[in-house]
Amino acid sequence: MGYSLDFGWLEGAAGAIARGAAMTVFLIVVTTIAGTLISVLAAAGRRSGPKWLKRAITVYVEVIRNTPFLVQLFFIFFGLPSLGIRLDPIVAAILAMTLNMAAYTTEIVGAGLDAVPKGQREAAAALGLRPRQVFVKIVLPQALKVIFPALTSQIVIMMLESSVVSQIAVSELTYEADMLQARTFRPFETYFVVAMIYLGLSILLRRLLVGVGRRTLSAGVT
Amino acid sequence: MIEFTFWDILRNLVFATRWTVLLSIAAFVGGGVVGIAILFLRISKTKWMRRFASGYIALFQGTPLLMQLFLMFFGLPMLGFRIEPWTAAVLGLTFFASAYLAEIWRSGVDALPRGQWDAGASLGLHYVQELRLIILPQAFAITRAPVVGFLVQLIKATALTSIIGFEELLRTSNAINNATFEPFTVYGLVALIFFVLCYPLTQYARSLEARAAAR
Repeated sequence: MGYSLDFGWLEGAAGAIARGAAMTVFLIVVTTIAGTLISVLAAAGRRSGPKWLKRAITVYVEVIRNTPFLVQLFFIFFGLPSLGIRLDPIVAAILAMTLNMAAYTTEIVGAGLDAVPKGQREAAAALGLRPRQVFVKIVLPQALKVIFPALTSQIVIMMLESSVVSQIAVSELTYEADMLQARTFRPFETYFVVAMIYLGLSILLRRLLVGVGRRTLSAGVT
Repeated sequence: MIEFTFWDILRNLVFATRWTVLLSIAAFVGGGVVGIAILFLRISKTKWMRRFASGYIALFQGTPLLMQLFLMFFGLPMLGFRIEPWTAAVLGLTFFASAYLAEIWRSGVDALPRGQWDAGASLGLHYVQELRLIILPQAFAITRAPVVGFLVQLIKATALTSIIGFEELLRTSNAINNATFEPFTVYGLVALIFFVLCYPLTQYARSLEARAAAR
Protein backbone atom coordinates (compact mmCIF):
# COMPACT_ATOMS: atom_id res chain seq x y z
CA MET A 1 0.00 0.00 0.00
CA GLY A 2 2.88 2.28 0.75
CA TYR A 3 0.82 5.17 2.03
CA SER A 4 2.13 7.03 5.02
CA LEU A 5 0.30 9.75 6.89
CA ASP A 6 1.81 13.18 6.62
CA PHE A 7 0.96 16.05 8.92
CA GLY A 8 3.80 18.31 7.82
CA TRP A 9 1.36 20.76 6.22
CA LEU A 10 -0.22 21.51 9.59
CA GLU A 11 2.26 24.20 10.53
CA GLY A 12 1.37 26.46 7.62
CA ALA A 13 -2.33 25.71 7.96
CA ALA A 14 -2.84 26.69 11.59
CA GLY A 15 -3.92 30.22 10.70
CA ALA A 16 -6.58 29.11 8.21
CA ILE A 17 -7.90 26.49 10.63
CA ALA A 18 -8.09 29.03 13.46
CA ARG A 19 -9.96 31.51 11.23
CA GLY A 20 -12.40 28.79 10.18
CA ALA A 21 -12.96 27.72 13.78
CA ALA A 22 -13.58 31.36 14.77
CA MET A 23 -16.25 31.65 12.06
CA THR A 24 -17.90 28.42 13.23
CA VAL A 25 -17.98 29.76 16.80
CA PHE A 26 -19.39 33.08 15.58
CA LEU A 27 -22.16 31.31 13.63
CA ILE A 28 -23.22 29.16 16.56
CA VAL A 29 -23.18 32.07 19.04
CA VAL A 30 -25.45 34.21 16.85
CA THR A 31 -27.70 31.23 16.10
CA THR A 32 -27.99 30.25 19.75
CA ILE A 33 -29.03 33.74 20.86
CA ALA A 34 -31.43 34.43 17.98
CA GLY A 35 -32.80 30.88 17.93
CA THR A 36 -33.51 30.78 21.66
CA LEU A 37 -35.29 34.15 21.58
CA ILE A 38 -37.44 33.14 18.62
CA SER A 39 -38.30 29.81 20.17
CA VAL A 40 -39.41 31.41 23.46
CA LEU A 41 -41.73 33.72 21.50
CA ALA A 42 -42.95 30.88 19.28
CA ALA A 43 -43.55 28.51 22.19
CA ALA A 44 -45.44 31.20 24.10
CA GLY A 45 -47.40 32.15 20.97
CA ARG A 46 -48.33 28.55 20.38
CA ARG A 47 -49.81 28.32 23.86
CA SER A 48 -51.62 31.63 24.23
CA GLY A 49 -51.77 33.28 20.80
CA PRO A 50 -54.71 33.55 18.39
CA LYS A 51 -55.67 30.44 16.44
CA TRP A 52 -54.05 31.47 13.12
CA LEU A 53 -50.76 32.11 14.90
CA LYS A 54 -50.84 28.74 16.64
CA ARG A 55 -51.46 27.05 13.30
CA ALA A 56 -48.69 29.02 11.54
CA ILE A 57 -46.16 28.10 14.24
CA THR A 58 -47.14 24.43 14.03
CA VAL A 59 -46.69 24.43 10.24
CA TYR A 60 -43.29 26.14 10.58
CA VAL A 61 -42.08 23.64 13.18
CA GLU A 62 -43.26 20.60 11.22
CA VAL A 63 -41.85 21.77 7.87
CA ILE A 64 -38.42 22.47 9.35
CA ARG A 65 -38.28 19.31 11.43
CA ASN A 66 -39.20 17.06 8.53
CA THR A 67 -36.82 18.38 5.85
CA PRO A 68 -32.99 18.27 5.76
CA PHE A 69 -31.04 21.32 6.88
CA LEU A 70 -28.98 21.26 3.67
CA VAL A 71 -32.16 21.55 1.56
CA GLN A 72 -33.37 24.46 3.73
CA LEU A 73 -30.01 26.14 3.23
CA PHE A 74 -30.11 25.70 -0.56
CA PHE A 75 -33.70 26.90 -0.68
CA ILE A 76 -32.81 30.06 1.21
CA PHE A 77 -29.55 30.75 -0.62
CA PHE A 78 -30.43 29.66 -4.17
CA GLY A 79 -34.24 29.74 -4.13
CA LEU A 80 -35.08 33.05 -2.46
CA PRO A 81 -33.27 35.21 -5.07
CA SER A 82 -36.09 34.16 -7.48
CA LEU A 83 -38.37 36.18 -5.20
CA GLY A 84 -35.94 39.08 -5.27
CA ILE A 85 -34.42 38.27 -1.87
CA ARG A 86 -30.68 38.01 -2.41
CA LEU A 87 -28.64 37.16 0.67
CA ASP A 88 -24.97 37.22 1.46
CA PRO A 89 -23.71 33.64 2.17
CA ILE A 90 -23.08 34.43 5.83
CA VAL A 91 -26.52 36.01 6.26
CA ALA A 92 -28.14 33.05 4.48
CA ALA A 93 -26.23 30.64 6.72
CA ILE A 94 -27.25 32.45 9.91
CA LEU A 95 -30.87 32.67 8.73
CA ALA A 96 -31.00 28.97 7.84
CA MET A 97 -29.31 27.91 11.08
CA THR A 98 -31.53 30.13 13.21
CA LEU A 99 -34.76 28.99 11.55
CA ASN A 100 -33.64 25.38 11.83
CA MET A 101 -32.63 25.55 15.47
CA ALA A 102 -35.66 27.59 16.53
CA ALA A 103 -38.02 24.91 15.18
CA TYR A 104 -36.43 22.26 17.40
CA THR A 105 -36.09 24.50 20.44
CA THR A 106 -39.70 25.70 20.11
CA GLU A 107 -40.76 22.14 20.93
CA ILE A 108 -38.20 21.94 23.73
CA VAL A 109 -39.16 25.29 25.30
CA GLY A 110 -42.83 24.37 24.93
CA ALA A 111 -42.29 21.17 26.88
CA GLY A 112 -40.57 23.24 29.57
CA LEU A 113 -43.47 25.70 29.78
CA ASP A 114 -45.91 22.80 30.14
CA ALA A 115 -43.80 21.36 32.95
CA VAL A 116 -44.21 24.44 35.19
CA PRO A 117 -47.07 23.70 37.63
CA LYS A 118 -50.21 25.77 37.16
CA GLY A 119 -50.05 26.81 40.80
CA GLN A 120 -46.94 28.88 40.10
CA ARG A 121 -48.88 31.03 37.64
CA GLU A 122 -51.83 31.35 39.97
CA ALA A 123 -49.62 32.26 42.92
CA ALA A 124 -47.82 34.94 40.89
CA ALA A 125 -51.14 36.37 39.67
CA ALA A 126 -52.46 36.36 43.22
CA LEU A 127 -49.44 38.44 44.25
CA GLY A 128 -50.54 41.07 41.74
CA LEU A 129 -47.99 40.46 38.96
CA ARG A 130 -49.12 41.38 35.48
CA PRO A 131 -49.39 38.52 32.92
CA ARG A 132 -46.12 39.50 31.23
CA GLN A 133 -44.31 39.63 34.57
CA VAL A 134 -45.73 36.22 35.45
CA PHE A 135 -44.30 34.80 32.23
CA VAL A 136 -40.90 36.48 32.29
CA LYS A 137 -40.15 36.34 36.02
CA ILE A 138 -41.91 33.17 37.21
CA VAL A 139 -42.70 30.74 34.41
CA LEU A 140 -39.81 31.18 31.96
CA PRO A 141 -36.88 30.77 34.41
CA GLN A 142 -38.39 27.57 35.76
CA ALA A 143 -39.08 26.28 32.24
CA LEU A 144 -35.51 27.05 31.11
CA LYS A 145 -34.14 25.25 34.11
CA VAL A 146 -36.05 22.07 33.24
CA ILE A 147 -35.12 22.09 29.55
CA PHE A 148 -31.52 23.21 29.90
CA PRO A 149 -29.95 19.80 29.15
CA ALA A 150 -32.09 19.35 26.02
CA LEU A 151 -31.29 22.89 24.90
CA THR A 152 -27.57 22.25 25.38
CA SER A 153 -27.71 19.11 23.22
CA GLN A 154 -29.59 20.95 20.49
CA ILE A 155 -27.01 23.74 20.41
CA VAL A 156 -24.16 21.21 20.10
CA ILE A 157 -26.03 19.37 17.31
CA MET A 158 -26.49 22.67 15.47
CA MET A 159 -22.79 23.48 15.84
CA LEU A 160 -21.91 20.15 14.21
CA GLU A 161 -24.53 20.62 11.51
CA SER A 162 -23.14 24.06 10.68
CA SER A 163 -20.36 22.24 8.79
CA VAL A 164 -22.67 22.01 5.77
CA VAL A 165 -22.82 25.79 5.30
CA SER A 166 -19.38 25.31 3.70
CA GLN A 167 -21.45 24.27 0.67
CA ILE A 168 -22.53 27.87 0.06
CA ALA A 169 -18.95 29.12 0.53
CA VAL A 170 -19.16 30.47 4.06
CA SER A 171 -15.54 30.33 5.19
CA GLU A 172 -16.06 28.33 8.37
CA LEU A 173 -14.06 25.35 9.58
CA THR A 174 -15.18 22.79 6.97
CA TYR A 175 -14.75 25.28 4.13
CA GLU A 176 -11.19 25.97 5.24
CA ALA A 177 -10.60 22.21 5.34
CA ASP A 178 -11.90 21.87 1.77
CA MET A 179 -9.51 24.59 0.63
CA LEU A 180 -6.58 23.07 2.54
CA GLN A 181 -7.01 19.55 1.20
CA ALA A 182 -7.20 20.90 -2.33
CA ARG A 183 -3.83 22.52 -1.77
CA THR A 184 -2.05 19.81 0.22
CA PHE A 185 -3.56 16.74 -1.52
CA ARG A 186 -3.89 15.26 1.97
CA PRO A 187 -7.68 15.03 2.32
CA PHE A 188 -7.70 12.28 4.95
CA GLU A 189 -5.24 13.98 7.28
CA THR A 190 -6.94 17.35 6.80
CA TYR A 191 -10.45 16.11 7.56
CA PHE A 192 -9.14 14.02 10.44
CA VAL A 193 -7.55 17.05 12.09
CA VAL A 194 -10.64 19.15 11.49
CA ALA A 195 -12.95 16.41 12.81
CA MET A 196 -10.89 16.36 16.01
CA ILE A 197 -11.23 20.14 16.27
CA TYR A 198 -15.00 19.77 15.97
CA LEU A 199 -14.88 17.13 18.68
CA GLY A 200 -12.94 19.52 20.93
CA LEU A 201 -15.33 22.37 20.13
CA SER A 202 -18.38 20.26 20.96
CA ILE A 203 -16.86 19.18 24.29
CA LEU A 204 -15.91 22.78 25.13
CA LEU A 205 -19.29 24.15 24.08
CA ARG A 206 -21.10 21.60 26.24
CA ARG A 207 -18.87 22.38 29.25
CA LEU A 208 -19.39 26.10 28.75
CA LEU A 209 -23.17 25.82 28.49
CA VAL A 210 -23.33 23.57 31.55
CA GLY A 211 -21.29 26.17 33.46
CA VAL A 212 -23.55 29.00 32.32
CA GLY A 213 -26.63 26.95 33.21
CA ARG A 214 -25.33 26.19 36.69
CA ARG A 215 -24.53 29.80 37.39
CA THR A 216 -27.59 31.57 35.98
CA LEU A 217 -30.38 29.03 36.39
CA SER A 218 -28.83 26.77 39.02
CA ALA A 219 -29.81 24.01 36.61
CA GLY A 220 -28.27 20.71 37.63
CA VAL A 221 -26.88 19.61 34.29
CA THR A 222 -24.19 17.04 33.76
CA MET B 1 -30.96 23.09 -24.90
CA ILE B 2 -33.53 20.74 -23.47
CA GLU B 3 -36.74 22.25 -22.13
CA PHE B 4 -37.79 20.99 -18.71
CA THR B 5 -41.45 21.27 -17.84
CA PHE B 6 -42.64 21.18 -14.25
CA TRP B 7 -43.62 17.54 -14.72
CA ASP B 8 -40.19 16.62 -16.09
CA ILE B 9 -38.61 18.11 -12.98
CA LEU B 10 -41.02 16.34 -10.65
CA ARG B 11 -40.64 13.00 -12.46
CA ASN B 12 -36.85 13.13 -12.30
CA LEU B 13 -36.91 14.05 -8.64
CA VAL B 14 -39.35 11.28 -7.73
CA PHE B 15 -37.16 8.84 -9.67
CA ALA B 16 -34.08 9.93 -7.72
CA THR B 17 -35.99 9.52 -4.45
CA ARG B 18 -35.62 5.73 -4.64
CA TRP B 19 -31.88 6.14 -3.98
CA THR B 20 -32.61 8.25 -0.92
CA VAL B 21 -35.07 5.61 0.30
CA LEU B 22 -32.71 2.73 -0.47
CA LEU B 23 -29.79 4.44 1.26
CA SER B 24 -31.96 5.17 4.31
CA ILE B 25 -33.03 1.52 4.55
CA ALA B 26 -29.49 0.19 4.04
CA ALA B 27 -28.07 2.56 6.67
CA PHE B 28 -30.88 1.81 9.11
CA VAL B 29 -30.46 -1.96 8.80
CA GLY B 30 -26.65 -1.75 8.85
CA GLY B 31 -26.76 0.71 11.72
CA GLY B 32 -29.09 -1.59 13.62
CA VAL B 33 -26.74 -4.59 13.26
CA VAL B 34 -23.58 -2.67 14.19
CA GLY B 35 -25.56 -0.79 16.85
CA ILE B 36 -26.47 -4.06 18.60
CA ALA B 37 -22.79 -5.03 18.62
CA ILE B 38 -21.89 -1.66 20.16
CA LEU B 39 -24.75 -2.05 22.64
CA PHE B 40 -23.31 -5.42 23.78
CA LEU B 41 -19.96 -3.74 24.38
CA ARG B 42 -21.58 -0.73 26.05
CA ILE B 43 -23.42 -2.84 28.67
CA SER B 44 -20.72 -5.49 29.01
CA LYS B 45 -19.23 -6.41 32.38
CA THR B 46 -15.70 -5.77 31.14
CA LYS B 47 -14.46 -2.26 31.73
CA TRP B 48 -12.38 -1.77 28.57
CA MET B 49 -15.30 -2.89 26.39
CA ARG B 50 -17.60 -0.33 28.01
CA ARG B 51 -14.90 2.32 27.62
CA PHE B 52 -14.42 1.48 23.95
CA ALA B 53 -18.16 1.67 23.26
CA SER B 54 -18.51 5.00 25.11
CA GLY B 55 -15.59 6.40 23.12
CA TYR B 56 -17.09 5.14 19.86
CA ILE B 57 -20.45 6.75 20.63
CA ALA B 58 -18.86 10.03 21.80
CA LEU B 59 -16.75 10.18 18.64
CA PHE B 60 -19.70 9.81 16.27
CA GLN B 61 -21.98 12.09 18.27
CA GLY B 62 -19.28 14.74 18.73
CA THR B 63 -18.13 15.19 15.12
CA PRO B 64 -20.11 16.39 12.10
CA LEU B 65 -21.57 13.66 9.88
CA LEU B 66 -20.03 15.46 6.91
CA MET B 67 -16.54 14.90 8.38
CA GLN B 68 -17.37 11.22 8.94
CA LEU B 69 -18.42 10.87 5.31
CA PHE B 70 -15.28 12.64 4.07
CA LEU B 71 -13.04 10.44 6.22
CA MET B 72 -14.81 7.33 4.90
CA PHE B 73 -14.58 8.56 1.31
CA PHE B 74 -10.91 9.57 1.44
CA GLY B 75 -9.72 7.18 4.13
CA LEU B 76 -10.81 3.79 2.78
CA PRO B 77 -8.88 4.14 -0.52
CA MET B 78 -5.75 4.62 1.60
CA LEU B 79 -6.31 1.18 3.08
CA GLY B 80 -6.38 -0.18 -0.45
CA PHE B 81 -10.16 -0.37 -0.99
CA ARG B 82 -11.55 0.99 -4.21
CA ILE B 83 -14.51 2.99 -3.10
CA GLU B 84 -17.58 4.37 -4.83
CA PRO B 85 -19.70 7.18 -3.38
CA TRP B 86 -22.44 4.59 -2.70
CA THR B 87 -20.11 2.47 -0.54
CA ALA B 88 -18.80 5.48 1.36
CA ALA B 89 -22.35 6.73 1.88
CA VAL B 90 -23.69 3.40 3.18
CA LEU B 91 -20.69 2.78 5.45
CA GLY B 92 -20.57 6.35 6.75
CA LEU B 93 -24.28 6.43 7.58
CA THR B 94 -24.13 2.90 9.02
CA PHE B 95 -21.48 3.84 11.58
CA PHE B 96 -23.26 7.14 12.31
CA ALA B 97 -26.57 5.32 12.88
CA SER B 98 -24.97 2.56 14.96
CA ALA B 99 -23.67 5.06 17.52
CA TYR B 100 -27.07 6.72 17.97
CA LEU B 101 -29.05 3.47 18.00
CA ALA B 102 -26.67 1.87 20.52
CA GLU B 103 -27.11 4.89 22.81
CA ILE B 104 -30.92 4.82 22.47
CA TRP B 105 -31.08 1.10 23.25
CA ARG B 106 -28.65 1.50 26.13
CA SER B 107 -31.04 4.01 27.69
CA GLY B 108 -33.74 1.35 27.34
CA VAL B 109 -31.58 -1.28 29.06
CA ASP B 110 -30.77 1.18 31.86
CA ALA B 111 -34.44 1.98 32.35
CA LEU B 112 -35.28 -1.64 33.21
CA PRO B 113 -35.48 -2.43 36.91
CA ARG B 114 -32.57 -4.37 38.38
CA GLY B 115 -35.01 -7.12 39.34
CA GLN B 116 -35.38 -8.15 35.69
CA TRP B 117 -31.73 -9.27 35.65
CA ASP B 118 -32.06 -10.94 39.05
CA ALA B 119 -35.21 -12.76 37.97
CA GLY B 120 -33.43 -14.01 34.86
CA ALA B 121 -30.49 -15.22 36.90
CA SER B 122 -32.74 -16.92 39.44
CA LEU B 123 -34.34 -18.90 36.60
CA GLY B 124 -30.88 -20.23 35.80
CA LEU B 125 -30.41 -18.26 32.58
CA HIS B 126 -26.86 -17.34 31.67
CA TYR B 127 -25.85 -13.83 30.56
CA VAL B 128 -26.59 -14.17 26.83
CA GLN B 129 -29.92 -15.89 27.46
CA GLU B 130 -30.90 -13.18 29.93
CA LEU B 131 -30.16 -10.51 27.35
CA ARG B 132 -31.90 -12.34 24.51
CA LEU B 133 -35.01 -13.48 26.37
CA ILE B 134 -35.59 -10.84 29.03
CA ILE B 135 -33.62 -7.62 28.73
CA LEU B 136 -33.37 -6.80 25.03
CA PRO B 137 -37.03 -7.46 24.07
CA GLN B 138 -38.15 -5.05 26.79
CA ALA B 139 -35.42 -2.49 26.00
CA PHE B 140 -36.37 -2.53 22.30
CA ALA B 141 -40.07 -2.21 23.14
CA ILE B 142 -39.72 0.87 25.34
CA THR B 143 -37.36 2.66 22.93
CA ARG B 144 -39.50 2.27 19.81
CA ALA B 145 -40.48 5.97 19.72
CA PRO B 146 -36.92 7.38 19.82
CA VAL B 147 -35.78 4.79 17.25
CA VAL B 148 -38.48 5.91 14.79
CA GLY B 149 -37.51 9.51 15.61
CA PHE B 150 -33.92 8.69 14.77
CA LEU B 151 -34.99 7.09 11.46
CA VAL B 152 -36.41 10.50 10.49
CA GLN B 153 -33.04 12.06 11.36
CA LEU B 154 -31.28 9.41 9.26
CA ILE B 155 -33.48 10.02 6.20
CA LYS B 156 -32.67 13.73 6.43
CA ALA B 157 -28.98 12.92 6.92
CA THR B 158 -28.85 11.07 3.56
CA ALA B 159 -28.96 14.51 1.89
CA LEU B 160 -25.36 15.04 3.02
CA THR B 161 -24.15 12.15 0.85
CA SER B 162 -24.81 14.38 -2.18
CA ILE B 163 -21.67 16.26 -1.14
CA ILE B 164 -19.43 13.19 -1.56
CA GLY B 165 -21.03 12.56 -4.95
CA PHE B 166 -23.76 10.00 -4.28
CA GLU B 167 -26.61 10.50 -6.76
CA GLU B 168 -29.53 10.75 -4.38
CA LEU B 169 -32.40 13.21 -4.36
CA LEU B 170 -30.47 16.38 -3.53
CA ARG B 171 -27.60 15.75 -5.95
CA THR B 172 -30.06 15.07 -8.75
CA SER B 173 -31.86 18.28 -7.88
CA ASN B 174 -28.60 20.24 -8.06
CA ALA B 175 -28.08 18.93 -11.60
CA ILE B 176 -31.67 19.75 -12.57
CA ASN B 177 -31.29 23.21 -11.09
CA ASN B 178 -28.16 23.79 -13.15
CA ALA B 179 -30.12 22.89 -16.29
CA THR B 180 -33.34 24.76 -15.56
CA PHE B 181 -32.30 27.72 -13.39
CA GLU B 182 -35.43 27.27 -11.32
CA PRO B 183 -34.00 26.84 -7.82
CA PHE B 184 -37.19 27.95 -6.08
CA THR B 185 -39.27 25.20 -7.72
CA VAL B 186 -36.57 22.54 -7.61
CA TYR B 187 -35.52 22.92 -3.96
CA GLY B 188 -39.13 23.53 -2.95
CA LEU B 189 -40.07 20.17 -4.49
CA VAL B 190 -37.09 18.45 -2.85
CA ALA B 191 -38.20 19.80 0.52
CA LEU B 192 -41.74 18.59 -0.21
CA ILE B 193 -40.53 15.07 -1.09
CA PHE B 194 -38.47 14.84 2.10
CA PHE B 195 -41.48 16.10 4.05
CA VAL B 196 -43.70 13.40 2.53
CA LEU B 197 -41.12 10.77 3.52
CA CYS B 198 -40.54 12.06 7.05
CA TYR B 199 -43.83 13.48 8.30
CA PRO B 200 -45.73 10.16 8.58
CA LEU B 201 -42.81 8.70 10.54
CA THR B 202 -42.73 11.74 12.84
CA GLN B 203 -46.45 11.32 13.50
CA TYR B 204 -45.95 7.59 14.10
CA ALA B 205 -43.16 8.35 16.61
CA ARG B 206 -45.48 10.81 18.32
CA SER B 207 -48.31 8.29 18.61
CA LEU B 208 -45.88 5.70 20.02
CA GLU B 209 -44.74 8.25 22.57
CA ALA B 210 -48.31 9.12 23.55
CA ARG B 211 -49.12 5.41 23.91
CA ALA B 212 -46.05 4.87 26.09
CA ALA B 213 -46.95 7.86 28.27
CA ALA B 214 -50.53 6.60 28.71
CA ARG B 215 -49.33 3.23 29.97
